[in-house]
Amino acid sequence: MILAKVLGPVVSTVKHASYAGLKLLVVQPVNETGAAEGKSLLAVDRVSSAGEGDTVLILKEGTGVRQLFGLPKEAKLPIQACIVGVVDEVAVGAGEKK
Amino acid sequence: MYLGRVVGTVVAQTKAEGLSGQKLLLVQPLDHDQKPNGPIEAAVDTVRAGPGDLVFLVGSREASLALEEAFVPVDAAIVGFVDSVHAGGGK
Repeated sequence: MILAKVLGPVVSTVKHASYAGLKLLVVQPVNETGAAEGKSLLAVDRVSSAGEGDTVLILKEGTGVRQLFGLPKEAKLPIQACIVGVVDEVAVGAGEKK
Repeated sequence: MYLGRVVGTVVAQTKAEGLSGQKLLLVQPLDHDQKPNGPIEAAVDTVRAGPGDLVFLVGSREASLALEEAFVPVDAAIVGFVDSVHAGGGK
């Protein structure tokens, strides 16, 4: 998974059926210090209440997302990135607080 | 997934079978501030988008999962129109 900061929501009313009812957020990947690193991307959010400015964990792999949705192998889920956690704290090194 | 702006269309008479019948559009990938973010690419359209539309796309293998047909050899598919993007959280 990658660490990313939530930049905000993406509003899309006309979209592929698989995205119906899902929150769509634009997120900026960050490194362990919270600095932006890499291209921003979109991720869906089913469970968390992540909002603007939150740091989150993003699963960026389609098969994993399908399994997260509890769908069988044959199900066709065109979703590549999903929020799988809201990060409270990132500590680098032997227990140093960030 | 990522944001994109449809900037044109692509017509290809000769193409892999899986692609026949698929509508191909030319898309400029965008970042969260809707600025160009990578080279222009061709993408299959699943929502009847057209030039000028702000859309979002899914890439790599998941792109082919956006289509009804069994396996379509695509790695970029437009899967939704974007009404608005709020990206203030990064500032």
